[in-house]
Amino acid sequence: MIRLLTARLIDLAFVLIGVSLLVFLMIRLIPGDAVAIMLGANTEVTADKVEALRHRIGLDQPLLTQYMHWVGAALHGDLGTSLWTGRPVAEEIASHIWPTLQLSLLALLIGAGLSIPAGCIMANLRGQAADVAMRLASVAGLTIPSFWLGIVMILALATLAPSLQMLGYVPFSQDPLDNLARLILPAICLALPILANLSRLVRSALLEALGQDYIRTARAKGLGETRVLYRHALANALIPFVTSLGIQTGYLLGGAIVVEQVFAIPGLGQLILGAISDRNYPLLQAVILLVTSGFVLVNFGVDLLYRFLDPRVRG
Amino acid sequence: MGKSKLLIFAFAMVLIPVLLAVGADGIAPYDPVAQDIVARLHGPMATHWLGTDQLGRDVLSRILFGSRASLLVSAASVGLALLAGGTLGLLAAFYRGWTERILMRAMDILFAFPVMLLAIGVVAVLGPGGATATFAIAVVYTPIVARLLRGPALVICESDFVIGARAAGATDARILFLHVLPNLAGVMLVQTSLLLSSAILVEASLSFLGLGTQPPHPSLGLMLAEGRNVLMLSPWSALFAGAAILLLAFGLNLLGDALRDRLDPRLRGPA
Repeated sequence: MIRLLTARLIDLAFVLIGVSLLVFLMIRLIPGDAVAIMLGANTEVTADKVEALRHRIGLDQPLLTQYMHWVGAALHGDLGTSLWTGRPVAEEIASHIWPTLQLSLLALLIGAGLSIPAGCIMANLRGQAADVAMRLASVAGLTIPSFWLGIVMILALATLAPSLQMLGYVPFSQDPLDNLARLILPAICLALPILANLSRLVRSALLEALGQDYIRTARAKGLGETRVLYRHALANALIPFVTSLGIQTGYLLGGAIVVEQVFAIPGLGQLILGAISDRNYPLLQAVILLVTSGFVLVNFGVDLLYRFLDPRVRG
Repeated sequence: MGKSKLLIFAFAMVLIPVLLAVGADGIAPYDPVAQDIVARLHGPMATHWLGTDQLGRDVLSRILFGSRASLLVSAASVGLALLAGGTLGLLAAFYRGWTERILMRAMDILFAFPVMLLAIGVVAVLGPGGATATFAIAVVYTPIVARLLRGPALVICESDFVIGARAAGATDARILFLHVLPNLAGVMLVQTSLLLSSAILVEASLSFLGLGTQPPHPSLGLMLAEGRNVLMLSPWSALFAGAAILLLAFGLNLLGDALRDRLDPRLRGPA
Protein backbone atom coordinates (compact mmCIF):
# COMPACT_ATOMS: atom_id res chain seq x y z
CA MET A 1 0.00 0.00 0.00
CA ILE A 2 2.83 2.41 0.95
CA ARG A 3 4.70 1.53 -2.24
CA LEU A 4 1.59 2.08 -4.28
CA LEU A 5 0.95 5.42 -2.63
CA THR A 6 4.53 6.55 -3.27
CA ALA A 7 4.26 5.58 -6.91
CA ARG A 8 1.00 7.47 -7.26
CA LEU A 9 2.47 10.52 -5.52
CA ILE A 10 5.39 10.54 -7.96
CA ASP A 11 2.92 10.35 -10.84
CA LEU A 12 0.96 13.21 -9.33
CA ALA A 13 4.03 15.40 -8.93
CA PHE A 14 5.08 14.64 -12.50
CA VAL A 15 1.71 15.63 -13.94
CA LEU A 16 1.49 18.79 -11.82
CA ILE A 17 4.98 19.91 -12.88
CA GLY A 18 4.11 19.20 -16.52
CA VAL A 19 0.87 21.13 -16.26
CA SER A 20 2.58 24.10 -14.61
CA LEU A 21 5.32 24.11 -17.27
CA LEU A 22 2.77 24.10 -20.07
CA VAL A 23 0.71 26.89 -18.49
CA PHE A 24 3.91 28.83 -17.80
CA LEU A 25 4.98 28.54 -21.44
CA MET A 26 1.56 29.72 -22.64
CA ILE A 27 2.50 33.38 -22.65
CA ARG A 28 5.76 32.56 -24.48
CA LEU A 29 3.92 30.69 -27.21
CA ILE A 30 1.88 33.73 -28.23
CA PRO A 31 2.85 34.64 -31.78
CA GLY A 32 4.50 38.08 -31.81
CA ASP A 33 5.48 40.15 -28.79
CA ALA A 34 3.15 39.09 -25.99
CA VAL A 35 3.90 42.21 -23.97
CA ALA A 36 2.98 44.55 -26.83
CA ILE A 37 -0.19 42.53 -27.45
CA MET A 38 -1.16 42.78 -23.79
CA LEU A 39 -0.52 46.52 -23.73
CA GLY A 40 -2.43 46.99 -26.97
CA ALA A 41 -5.60 45.82 -25.27
CA ASN A 42 -5.60 48.80 -22.96
CA THR A 43 -3.29 51.62 -23.90
CA GLU A 44 -1.07 53.07 -26.55
CA VAL A 45 1.97 50.90 -27.21
CA THR A 46 5.29 52.69 -26.73
CA ALA A 47 8.76 51.18 -26.40
CA ASP A 48 9.06 52.53 -22.85
CA LYS A 49 5.77 51.03 -21.71
CA VAL A 50 6.61 47.69 -23.33
CA GLU A 51 9.93 47.53 -21.47
CA ALA A 52 8.33 48.60 -18.19
CA LEU A 53 5.63 45.90 -18.40
CA ARG A 54 8.13 43.30 -19.57
CA HIS A 55 10.20 44.05 -16.51
CA ARG A 56 7.17 44.13 -14.21
CA ILE A 57 6.00 40.65 -15.13
CA GLY A 58 9.55 39.37 -15.25
CA LEU A 59 9.64 38.46 -18.94
CA ASP A 60 13.14 39.98 -19.25
CA GLN A 61 14.69 37.29 -17.04
CA PRO A 62 16.06 33.89 -18.05
CA LEU A 63 13.31 31.33 -18.65
CA LEU A 64 14.27 29.02 -15.80
CA THR A 65 14.46 31.88 -13.28
CA GLN A 66 11.03 33.05 -14.40
CA TYR A 67 9.55 29.59 -14.01
CA MET A 68 11.04 28.94 -10.57
CA HIS A 69 9.90 32.33 -9.41
CA TRP A 70 6.38 31.87 -10.79
CA VAL A 71 5.89 28.37 -9.38
CA GLY A 72 7.52 29.26 -6.07
CA ALA A 73 5.19 32.22 -5.60
CA ALA A 74 2.15 30.15 -6.67
CA LEU A 75 2.98 27.49 -4.09
CA HIS A 76 2.91 30.23 -1.45
CA GLY A 77 -0.53 31.32 -2.62
CA ASP A 78 0.83 34.34 -4.51
CA LEU A 79 -0.57 34.21 -8.02
CA GLY A 80 0.71 37.66 -8.95
CA THR A 81 -1.20 40.87 -9.50
CA SER A 82 -3.79 41.43 -12.19
CA LEU A 83 -2.35 43.47 -15.07
CA TRP A 84 -4.81 46.33 -15.18
CA THR A 85 -6.60 46.50 -11.85
CA GLY A 86 -3.47 45.90 -9.76
CA ARG A 87 -5.51 43.63 -7.48
CA PRO A 88 -3.91 40.37 -6.41
CA VAL A 89 -4.94 37.59 -8.83
CA ALA A 90 -5.76 35.35 -5.87
CA GLU A 91 -8.31 37.93 -4.77
CA GLU A 92 -9.86 38.16 -8.24
CA ILE A 93 -10.19 34.39 -8.35
CA ALA A 94 -11.57 34.19 -4.82
CA SER A 95 -14.35 36.62 -5.73
CA HIS A 96 -15.38 34.53 -8.75
CA ILE A 97 -14.78 30.96 -7.69
CA TRP A 98 -17.75 30.36 -5.38
CA PRO A 99 -20.56 30.59 -7.93
CA THR A 100 -18.67 28.14 -10.18
CA LEU A 101 -17.88 25.71 -7.39
CA GLN A 102 -21.40 25.82 -6.06
CA LEU A 103 -22.90 25.35 -9.52
CA SER A 104 -20.58 22.42 -10.30
CA LEU A 105 -21.24 20.74 -6.98
CA LEU A 106 -24.98 21.12 -7.30
CA ALA A 107 -24.88 19.70 -10.83
CA LEU A 108 -22.76 16.78 -9.63
CA LEU A 109 -25.20 16.07 -6.80
CA ILE A 110 -28.19 16.15 -9.15
CA GLY A 111 -26.56 14.14 -11.94
CA ALA A 112 -24.82 11.52 -9.80
CA GLY A 113 -27.65 11.33 -7.28
CA LEU A 114 -30.34 10.67 -9.86
CA SER A 115 -28.16 8.34 -11.92
CA ILE A 116 -28.25 5.55 -9.31
CA PRO A 117 -32.04 5.15 -9.15
CA ALA A 118 -32.23 5.82 -12.92
CA GLY A 119 -29.63 3.14 -13.61
CA CYS A 120 -31.47 0.65 -11.36
CA ILE A 121 -34.73 1.30 -13.17
CA MET A 122 -32.98 0.95 -16.52
CA ALA A 123 -31.43 -2.36 -15.47
CA ASN A 124 -34.89 -3.69 -14.71
CA LEU A 125 -36.32 -2.71 -18.09
CA ARG A 126 -36.00 -5.47 -20.62
CA GLY A 127 -37.10 -5.83 -24.20
CA GLN A 128 -36.22 -4.27 -27.49
CA ALA A 129 -38.50 -1.23 -27.30
CA ALA A 130 -37.20 -0.29 -23.85
CA ASP A 131 -33.63 -0.84 -25.03
CA VAL A 132 -34.02 1.51 -28.00
CA ALA A 133 -35.84 4.12 -25.90
CA MET A 134 -33.10 4.07 -23.23
CA ARG A 135 -30.40 4.35 -25.84
CA LEU A 136 -32.05 7.30 -27.59
CA ALA A 137 -32.68 9.04 -24.27
CA SER A 138 -29.13 8.63 -23.04
CA VAL A 139 -27.60 9.74 -26.35
CA ALA A 140 -29.92 12.76 -26.29
CA GLY A 141 -28.88 13.52 -22.70
CA LEU A 142 -25.22 13.41 -23.73
CA THR A 143 -25.59 15.60 -26.80
CA ILE A 144 -28.09 18.31 -25.84
CA PRO A 145 -25.98 21.48 -25.81
CA SER A 146 -26.21 22.70 -22.21
CA PHE A 147 -26.28 26.34 -23.25
CA TRP A 148 -29.19 25.69 -25.61
CA LEU A 149 -31.10 23.80 -22.94
CA GLY A 150 -30.53 26.80 -20.66
CA ILE A 151 -31.96 29.18 -23.25
CA VAL A 152 -34.98 26.93 -23.80
CA MET A 153 -35.61 26.74 -20.05
CA ILE A 154 -35.31 30.51 -19.63
CA LEU A 155 -37.73 31.01 -22.51
CA ALA A 156 -40.24 28.49 -21.18
CA LEU A 157 -40.17 29.88 -17.65
CA ALA A 158 -40.35 33.48 -18.84
CA THR A 159 -43.58 32.57 -20.61
CA LEU A 160 -45.02 30.51 -17.76
CA ALA A 161 -43.89 32.63 -14.82
CA PRO A 162 -42.82 36.09 -16.04
CA SER A 163 -42.20 37.40 -12.52
CA LEU A 164 -39.64 34.73 -11.67
CA GLN A 165 -36.07 36.02 -11.40
CA MET A 166 -33.83 33.33 -12.90
CA LEU A 167 -30.66 35.14 -13.94
CA GLY A 168 -27.67 36.31 -11.97
CA TYR A 169 -26.26 35.09 -8.69
CA VAL A 170 -27.11 35.76 -5.06
CA PRO A 171 -24.54 34.64 -2.47
CA PHE A 172 -25.69 31.80 -0.24
CA SER A 173 -24.90 33.82 2.90
CA GLN A 174 -27.17 36.61 1.70
CA ASP A 175 -30.28 34.62 0.81
CA PRO A 176 -29.93 30.80 0.78
CA LEU A 177 -33.31 30.21 -0.87
CA ASP A 178 -32.84 32.71 -3.67
CA ASN A 179 -29.31 31.38 -4.12
CA LEU A 180 -30.58 27.84 -4.73
CA ALA A 181 -33.55 29.02 -6.80
CA ARG A 182 -31.25 30.78 -9.25
CA LEU A 183 -28.71 27.97 -9.43
CA ILE A 184 -31.14 25.13 -9.94
CA LEU A 185 -31.78 25.70 -13.67
CA PRO A 186 -28.13 26.02 -14.69
CA ALA A 187 -27.32 23.05 -12.47
CA ILE A 188 -29.92 20.93 -14.27
CA CYS A 189 -28.42 21.95 -17.64
CA LEU A 190 -24.98 20.89 -16.46
CA ALA A 191 -26.23 17.72 -14.79
CA LEU A 192 -27.98 16.19 -17.79
CA PRO A 193 -24.91 14.76 -19.56
CA ILE A 194 -23.64 13.43 -16.22
CA LEU A 195 -26.97 11.78 -15.56
CA ALA A 196 -26.99 10.23 -19.04
CA ASN A 197 -23.43 9.01 -18.70
CA LEU A 198 -23.56 7.65 -15.18
CA SER A 199 -27.02 6.07 -15.31
CA ARG A 200 -25.92 4.04 -18.30
CA LEU A 201 -22.78 3.05 -16.47
CA VAL A 202 -24.75 2.03 -13.37
CA ARG A 203 -27.08 0.00 -15.56
CA SER A 204 -24.38 -1.99 -17.32
CA ALA A 205 -22.33 -2.46 -14.13
CA LEU A 206 -25.45 -3.69 -12.36
CA LEU A 207 -26.36 -6.09 -15.16
CA GLU A 208 -22.82 -7.42 -15.20
CA ALA A 209 -22.76 -7.83 -11.42
CA LEU A 210 -26.11 -9.63 -11.46
CA GLY A 211 -24.61 -12.30 -13.71
CA GLN A 212 -21.79 -13.12 -11.25
CA ASP A 213 -21.50 -16.16 -9.03
CA TYR A 214 -21.69 -14.26 -5.75
CA ILE A 215 -25.15 -13.01 -6.67
CA ARG A 216 -26.27 -16.61 -7.22
CA THR A 217 -24.76 -17.44 -3.84
CA ALA A 218 -26.57 -14.55 -2.19
CA ARG A 219 -29.86 -15.66 -3.73
CA ALA A 220 -29.18 -19.30 -2.77
CA LYS A 221 -28.64 -18.16 0.81
CA GLY A 222 -32.22 -16.99 0.64
CA LEU A 223 -31.58 -13.26 0.74
CA GLY A 224 -34.40 -11.03 -0.42
CA GLU A 225 -34.19 -9.59 -3.93
CA THR A 226 -33.88 -6.00 -2.61
CA ARG A 227 -30.94 -6.96 -0.44
CA VAL A 228 -29.28 -8.83 -3.30
CA LEU A 229 -29.74 -5.86 -5.58
CA TYR A 230 -28.59 -3.09 -3.24
CA ARG A 231 -26.19 -4.73 -0.85
CA HIS A 232 -24.43 -7.05 -3.29
CA ALA A 233 -24.88 -5.98 -6.88
CA LEU A 234 -25.01 -2.19 -6.50
CA ALA A 235 -22.08 -2.06 -4.08
CA ASN A 236 -19.88 -3.61 -6.76
CA ALA A 237 -21.34 -1.47 -9.49
CA LEU A 238 -20.19 1.57 -7.50
CA ILE A 239 -16.50 1.06 -8.30
CA PRO A 240 -16.63 2.13 -11.96
CA PHE A 241 -19.13 4.77 -10.84
CA VAL A 242 -16.66 6.43 -8.47
CA THR A 243 -13.88 6.35 -11.07
CA SER A 244 -16.13 8.00 -13.60
CA LEU A 245 -17.17 10.65 -11.08
CA GLY A 246 -13.63 12.06 -11.06
CA ILE A 247 -13.56 12.38 -14.83
CA GLN A 248 -16.92 14.15 -14.76
CA THR A 249 -15.50 16.99 -12.65
CA GLY A 250 -13.36 18.02 -15.61
CA TYR A 251 -16.41 18.24 -17.80
CA LEU A 252 -18.24 20.16 -15.05
CA LEU A 253 -15.64 22.89 -14.70
CA GLY A 254 -15.54 23.42 -18.46
CA GLY A 255 -19.29 23.17 -18.89
CA ALA A 256 -19.85 25.65 -16.07
CA ILE A 257 -17.87 28.29 -17.96
CA VAL A 258 -20.39 28.07 -20.81
CA VAL A 259 -23.59 27.69 -18.78
CA GLU A 260 -22.62 30.62 -16.57
CA GLN A 261 -22.74 32.85 -19.62
CA VAL A 262 -26.32 31.84 -20.37
CA PHE A 263 -27.54 32.55 -16.84
CA ALA A 264 -25.38 35.64 -16.27
CA ILE A 265 -23.59 34.07 -13.30
CA PRO A 266 -20.44 35.99 -12.30
CA GLY A 267 -18.19 32.93 -11.92
CA LEU A 268 -14.84 31.79 -13.26
CA GLY A 269 -16.25 31.81 -16.81
CA GLN A 270 -16.75 35.54 -16.62
CA LEU A 271 -13.25 35.97 -15.20
CA ILE A 272 -11.68 33.82 -17.95
CA LEU A 273 -13.53 35.48 -20.82
CA GLY A 274 -12.80 38.90 -19.36
CA ALA A 275 -9.12 38.01 -19.09
CA ILE A 276 -9.07 36.86 -22.73
CA SER A 277 -10.67 40.03 -24.07
CA ASP A 278 -8.37 42.20 -21.88
CA ARG A 279 -5.43 39.99 -22.89
CA ASN A 280 -4.71 39.67 -19.20
CA TYR A 281 -2.55 36.59 -19.67
CA PRO A 282 -1.10 36.38 -16.13
CA LEU A 283 -4.65 36.19 -14.76
CA LEU A 284 -5.62 33.59 -17.36
CA GLN A 285 -2.54 31.51 -16.55
CA ALA A 286 -3.36 31.60 -12.86
CA VAL A 287 -6.97 30.50 -13.38
CA ILE A 288 -6.01 27.66 -15.72
CA LEU A 289 -3.25 26.49 -13.37
CA LEU A 290 -5.52 26.58 -10.35
CA VAL A 291 -8.52 24.87 -11.94
CA THR A 292 -6.40 22.19 -13.62
CA SER A 293 -4.49 21.46 -10.41
CA GLY A 294 -7.81 21.15 -8.63
CA PHE A 295 -9.03 18.71 -11.27
CA VAL A 296 -5.83 16.66 -11.03
CA LEU A 297 -6.07 16.53 -7.23
CA VAL A 298 -9.73 15.49 -7.35
CA ASN A 299 -8.82 12.62 -9.65
CA PHE A 300 -5.94 11.67 -7.41
CA GLY A 301 -8.37 11.51 -4.49
CA VAL A 302 -10.83 9.48 -6.53
CA ASP A 303 -8.08 7.09 -7.51
CA LEU A 304 -7.17 6.53 -3.86
CA LEU A 305 -10.83 6.14 -2.95
CA TYR A 306 -11.23 3.58 -5.71
CA ARG A 307 -8.31 1.57 -4.38
CA PHE A 308 -9.81 1.74 -0.94
CA LEU A 309 -13.23 0.62 -2.19
CA ASP A 310 -12.00 -2.33 -4.22
CA PRO A 311 -10.65 -5.04 -1.91
CA ARG A 312 -8.90 -6.73 -4.84
CA VAL A 313 -6.74 -3.63 -5.34
CA ARG A 314 -6.50 -2.84 -1.63
CA GLY A 315 -4.76 -6.13 -0.84
CA MET B 1 -32.71 -7.16 -36.46
CA GLY B 2 -33.38 -4.17 -34.16
CA LYS B 3 -29.66 -3.44 -34.02
CA SER B 4 -29.24 -3.08 -37.77
CA LYS B 5 -32.33 -0.89 -38.02
CA LEU B 6 -30.82 1.38 -35.39
CA LEU B 7 -27.58 1.52 -37.32
CA ILE B 8 -29.41 2.48 -40.51
CA PHE B 9 -31.41 5.11 -38.64
CA ALA B 10 -28.25 6.58 -37.08
CA PHE B 11 -26.49 6.56 -40.43
CA ALA B 12 -29.39 8.43 -42.05
CA MET B 13 -29.35 10.95 -39.19
CA VAL B 14 -25.74 11.72 -40.00
CA LEU B 15 -25.94 11.54 -43.77
CA ILE B 16 -28.92 13.87 -44.28
CA PRO B 17 -27.54 16.86 -42.33
CA VAL B 18 -24.10 16.32 -43.89
CA LEU B 19 -25.57 16.35 -47.41
CA LEU B 20 -27.61 19.45 -46.59
CA ALA B 21 -24.54 21.21 -45.20
CA VAL B 22 -22.29 20.20 -48.09
CA GLY B 23 -24.90 21.34 -50.60
CA ALA B 24 -25.55 24.61 -48.72
CA ASP B 25 -24.54 26.68 -51.76
CA GLY B 26 -27.28 25.17 -53.87
CA ILE B 27 -29.92 24.59 -51.19
CA ALA B 28 -29.82 27.75 -49.07
CA PRO B 29 -32.56 30.13 -50.24
CA TYR B 30 -30.62 33.28 -49.28
CA ASP B 31 -27.10 34.58 -48.90
CA PRO B 32 -26.25 33.74 -45.23
CA VAL B 33 -24.68 37.16 -44.60
CA ALA B 34 -27.12 39.31 -46.64
CA GLN B 35 -28.95 41.68 -44.32
CA ASP B 36 -32.53 42.84 -44.76
CA ILE B 37 -33.02 45.15 -41.81
CA VAL B 38 -36.71 45.77 -42.61
CA ALA B 39 -37.51 42.06 -42.33
CA ARG B 40 -35.65 41.46 -39.07
CA LEU B 41 -36.65 39.20 -36.16
CA HIS B 42 -39.44 37.41 -37.97
CA GLY B 43 -40.73 34.02 -36.90
CA PRO B 44 -41.10 31.18 -39.40
CA MET B 45 -43.07 32.21 -42.50
CA ALA B 46 -43.47 31.35 -46.18
CA THR B 47 -40.54 33.42 -47.47
CA HIS B 48 -38.23 32.62 -44.53
CA TRP B 49 -39.00 29.07 -43.36
CA LEU B 50 -37.13 29.42 -40.09
CA GLY B 51 -37.54 33.19 -39.74
CA THR B 52 -34.92 35.94 -39.69
CA ASP B 53 -32.36 37.11 -37.12
CA GLN B 54 -31.66 40.51 -35.57
CA LEU B 55 -30.11 41.80 -38.81
CA GLY B 56 -32.80 40.33 -41.04
CA ARG B 57 -30.61 37.47 -42.24
CA ASP B 58 -32.34 34.23 -43.22
CA VAL B 59 -32.04 31.75 -40.33
CA LEU B 60 -32.36 28.63 -42.51
CA SER B 61 -29.54 29.76 -44.80
CA ARG B 62 -27.35 30.65 -41.83
CA ILE B 63 -28.01 27.25 -40.24
CA LEU B 64 -27.08 25.41 -43.45
CA PHE B 65 -23.82 27.33 -43.82
CA GLY B 66 -23.24 27.27 -40.07
CA SER B 67 -23.61 23.49 -40.01
CA ARG B 68 -21.06 23.28 -42.77
CA ALA B 69 -18.64 25.37 -40.74
CA SER B 70 -19.25 23.24 -37.63
CA LEU B 71 -18.77 19.99 -39.53
CA LEU B 72 -15.62 21.31 -41.20
CA VAL B 73 -14.02 22.38 -37.91
CA SER B 74 -15.02 19.11 -36.22
CA ALA B 75 -13.87 16.90 -39.07
CA ALA B 76 -10.56 18.71 -39.45
CA SER B 77 -9.84 18.70 -35.72
CA VAL B 78 -10.76 15.04 -35.23
CA GLY B 79 -8.73 14.16 -38.34
CA LEU B 80 -5.69 15.95 -36.94
CA ALA B 81 -6.18 14.34 -33.52
CA LEU B 82 -6.46 10.88 -35.10
CA LEU B 83 -3.29 11.46 -37.05
CA ALA B 84 -1.26 12.80 -34.12
CA GLY B 85 -2.82 10.79 -31.29
CA GLY B 86 -3.08 7.63 -33.39
CA THR B 87 0.58 7.82 -34.39
CA LEU B 88 1.70 8.39 -30.79
CA GLY B 89 -0.52 5.65 -29.37
CA LEU B 90 0.60 3.18 -32.03
CA LEU B 91 4.29 3.96 -31.58
CA ALA B 92 3.93 3.60 -27.81
CA ALA B 93 2.25 0.20 -28.17
CA PHE B 94 4.68 -1.03 -30.80
CA TYR B 95 8.01 0.02 -29.29
CA ARG B 96 7.06 -0.21 -25.59
CA GLY B 97 9.89 0.60 -23.11
CA TRP B 98 11.09 4.19 -22.94
CA THR B 99 9.26 5.29 -26.08
CA GLU B 100 6.00 4.27 -24.48
CA ARG B 101 6.84 5.76 -21.12
CA ILE B 102 7.84 9.17 -22.50
CA LEU B 103 4.99 9.43 -25.01
CA MET B 104 2.27 8.37 -22.62
CA ARG B 105 3.57 10.60 -19.84
CA ALA B 106 3.42 13.57 -22.21
CA MET B 107 -0.16 12.56 -23.05
CA ASP B 108 -0.95 12.34 -19.32
CA ILE B 109 -0.04 16.00 -18.94
CA LEU B 110 -2.31 17.14 -21.77
CA PHE B 111 -5.03 14.83 -20.48
CA ALA B 112 -4.85 16.46 -17.06
CA PHE B 113 -6.51 19.65 -18.33
CA PRO B 114 -10.31 19.88 -18.37
CA VAL B 115 -11.32 19.73 -22.07
CA MET B 116 -12.95 23.14 -22.40
CA LEU B 117 -10.27 24.85 -20.35
CA LEU B 118 -7.45 23.55 -22.53
CA ALA B 119 -9.34 24.49 -25.68
CA ILE B 120 -9.97 27.99 -24.31
CA GLY B 121 -6.30 28.28 -23.32
CA VAL B 122 -5.10 27.34 -26.82
CA VAL B 123 -7.51 29.81 -28.42
CA ALA B 124 -6.40 32.51 -25.97
CA VAL B 125 -2.80 32.02 -27.08
CA LEU B 126 -3.42 31.86 -30.81
CA GLY B 127 -6.34 34.29 -31.04
CA PRO B 128 -10.01 33.45 -31.73
CA GLY B 129 -11.16 32.08 -35.09
CA GLY B 130 -12.23 28.95 -36.93
CA ALA B 131 -8.70 27.77 -37.69
CA THR B 132 -7.43 28.19 -34.13
CA ALA B 133 -10.58 26.50 -32.78
CA THR B 134 -9.79 23.56 -35.07
CA PHE B 135 -6.25 23.39 -33.75
CA ALA B 136 -7.44 23.76 -30.15
CA ILE B 137 -9.89 20.86 -30.42
CA ALA B 138 -7.21 18.75 -32.12
CA VAL B 139 -4.81 19.41 -29.22
CA VAL B 140 -7.48 18.45 -26.70
CA TYR B 141 -8.36 15.20 -28.47
CA THR B 142 -4.83 14.04 -29.25
CA PRO B 143 -4.17 12.49 -25.80
CA ILE B 144 -7.65 10.96 -25.79
CA VAL B 145 -7.03 9.24 -29.14
CA ALA B 146 -3.54 8.14 -28.09
CA ARG B 147 -4.90 6.51 -24.92
CA LEU B 148 -7.87 4.94 -26.68
CA LEU B 149 -5.76 3.34 -29.39
CA ARG B 150 -2.80 2.26 -27.30
CA GLY B 151 -4.79 -0.39 -25.42
CA PRO B 152 -6.15 -2.30 -28.42
CA ALA B 153 -2.84 -1.75 -30.25
CA LEU B 154 -0.97 -3.40 -27.39
CA VAL B 155 -3.16 -6.51 -27.70
CA ILE B 156 -2.62 -6.67 -31.46
CA CYS B 157 1.15 -6.14 -31.17
CA GLU B 158 1.35 -9.14 -28.83
CA SER B 159 -0.73 -11.40 -31.04
CA ASP B 160 0.64 -14.37 -32.96
CA PHE B 161 0.27 -12.92 -36.41
CA VAL B 162 2.41 -9.89 -35.53
CA ILE B 163 5.04 -12.07 -33.90
CA GLY B 164 4.87 -14.27 -36.98
CA ALA B 165 5.29 -11.34 -39.32
CA ARG B 166 8.27 -10.15 -37.32
CA ALA B 167 9.81 -13.61 -37.42
CA ALA B 168 9.33 -13.62 -41.19
CA GLY B 169 11.48 -10.48 -41.32
CA ALA B 170 8.83 -7.84 -42.00
CA THR B 171 9.93 -4.25 -41.37
CA ASP B 172 8.40 -2.20 -38.56
CA ALA B 173 6.57 0.01 -41.03
CA ARG B 174 5.14 -3.01 -42.84
CA ILE B 175 3.90 -4.55 -39.60
CA LEU B 176 2.38 -1.27 -38.43
CA PHE B 177 0.60 -0.43 -41.67
CA LEU B 178 -0.32 -3.90 -42.90
CA HIS B 179 -1.00 -5.81 -39.71
CA VAL B 180 -1.69 -3.48 -36.81
CA LEU B 181 -3.52 -0.56 -38.39
CA PRO B 182 -6.19 -2.55 -40.30
CA ASN B 183 -7.11 -4.37 -37.09
CA LEU B 184 -7.67 -1.07 -35.35
CA ALA B 185 -10.10 0.15 -38.03
CA GLY B 186 -13.18 -0.88 -36.05
CA VAL B 187 -12.14 0.89 -32.85
CA MET B 188 -11.11 3.94 -34.84
CA LEU B 189 -14.41 4.10 -36.69
CA VAL B 190 -16.42 4.00 -33.46
CA GLN B 191 -14.23 6.57 -31.73
CA THR B 192 -14.15 8.88 -34.74
CA SER B 193 -17.91 9.02 -34.73
CA LEU B 194 -18.12 9.68 -30.98
CA LEU B 195 -15.31 12.26 -31.06
CA LEU B 196 -16.93 14.07 -33.99
CA SER B 197 -20.11 14.32 -31.95
CA SER B 198 -18.39 15.90 -28.99
CA ALA B 199 -16.22 18.07 -31.27
CA ILE B 200 -19.46 19.56 -32.64
CA LEU B 201 -20.41 20.49 -29.07
CA VAL B 202 -16.98 21.89 -28.16
CA GLU B 203 -16.88 23.93 -31.37
CA ALA B 204 -20.37 25.26 -30.68
CA SER B 205 -19.36 26.14 -27.11
CA LEU B 206 -16.24 27.96 -28.29
CA SER B 207 -18.12 30.00 -30.86
CA PHE B 208 -20.92 30.62 -28.35
CA LEU B 209 -18.26 32.19 -26.11
CA GLY B 210 -17.01 34.26 -29.06
CA LEU B 211 -13.77 32.28 -29.36
CA GLY B 212 -14.54 30.28 -32.51
CA THR B 213 -15.74 31.36 -35.94
CA GLN B 214 -15.96 35.15 -36.03
CA PRO B 215 -18.90 37.23 -37.27
CA PRO B 216 -20.30 37.85 -39.83
CA HIS B 217 -19.50 34.24 -40.86
CA PRO B 218 -22.40 31.97 -39.96
CA SER B 219 -21.72 29.58 -37.08
CA LEU B 220 -24.25 27.68 -35.00
CA GLY B 221 -22.72 28.60 -31.64
CA LEU B 222 -22.49 32.24 -32.63
CA MET B 223 -26.13 32.24 -33.76
CA LEU B 224 -27.11 31.00 -30.30
CA ALA B 225 -25.08 33.74 -28.62
CA GLU B 226 -26.58 36.43 -30.86
CA GLY B 227 -30.05 34.97 -30.51
CA ARG B 228 -29.71 34.99 -26.73
CA ASN B 229 -29.54 38.80 -26.78
CA VAL B 230 -32.89 39.09 -28.54
CA LEU B 231 -34.45 36.03 -26.89
CA MET B 232 -37.54 37.79 -25.57
CA LEU B 233 -38.13 39.60 -28.88
CA SER B 234 -37.71 36.63 -31.16
CA PRO B 235 -36.33 33.30 -29.93
CA TRP B 236 -36.37 31.56 -33.33
CA SER B 237 -32.79 32.04 -34.38
CA ALA B 238 -31.43 30.71 -31.06
CA LEU B 239 -33.93 27.85 -30.91
CA PHE B 240 -33.26 26.57 -34.43
CA ALA B 241 -29.49 27.00 -34.22
CA GLY B 242 -29.41 24.97 -30.99
CA ALA B 243 -31.65 22.30 -32.51
CA ALA B 244 -29.22 22.03 -35.42
CA ILE B 245 -26.28 21.53 -33.04
CA LEU B 246 -28.26 18.88 -31.18
CA LEU B 247 -29.20 17.10 -34.41
CA LEU B 248 -25.60 16.95 -35.64
CA ALA B 249 -24.17 15.81 -32.30
CA PHE B 250 -27.01 13.37 -31.66
CA GLY B 251 -26.72 11.61 -35.02
CA LEU B 252 -22.96 11.19 -34.76
CA ASN B 253 -23.12 9.93 -31.18
CA LEU B 254 -25.87 7.46 -31.99
CA LEU B 255 -23.90 6.23 -34.98
CA GLY B 256 -20.83 5.65 -32.81
CA ASP B 257 -22.97 3.86 -30.28
CA ALA B 258 -24.63 1.61 -32.84
CA LEU B 259 -21.29 0.92 -34.54
CA ARG B 260 -19.74 -0.09 -31.23
CA ASP B 261 -22.44 -2.70 -30.74
CA ARG B 262 -21.86 -3.96 -34.23
CA LEU B 263 -18.07 -4.04 -34.22
CA ASP B 264 -17.15 -4.87 -30.63
CA PRO B 265 -17.57 -8.63 -30.25
CA ARG B 266 -17.32 -8.40 -26.46
CA LEU B 267 -20.46 -6.29 -26.30
CA ARG B 268 -22.39 -8.32 -28.84
CA GLY B 269 -25.31 -10.08 -27.21
CA PRO B 270 -25.73 -13.87 -27.24
CA ALA B 271 -28.52 -13.78 -29.82
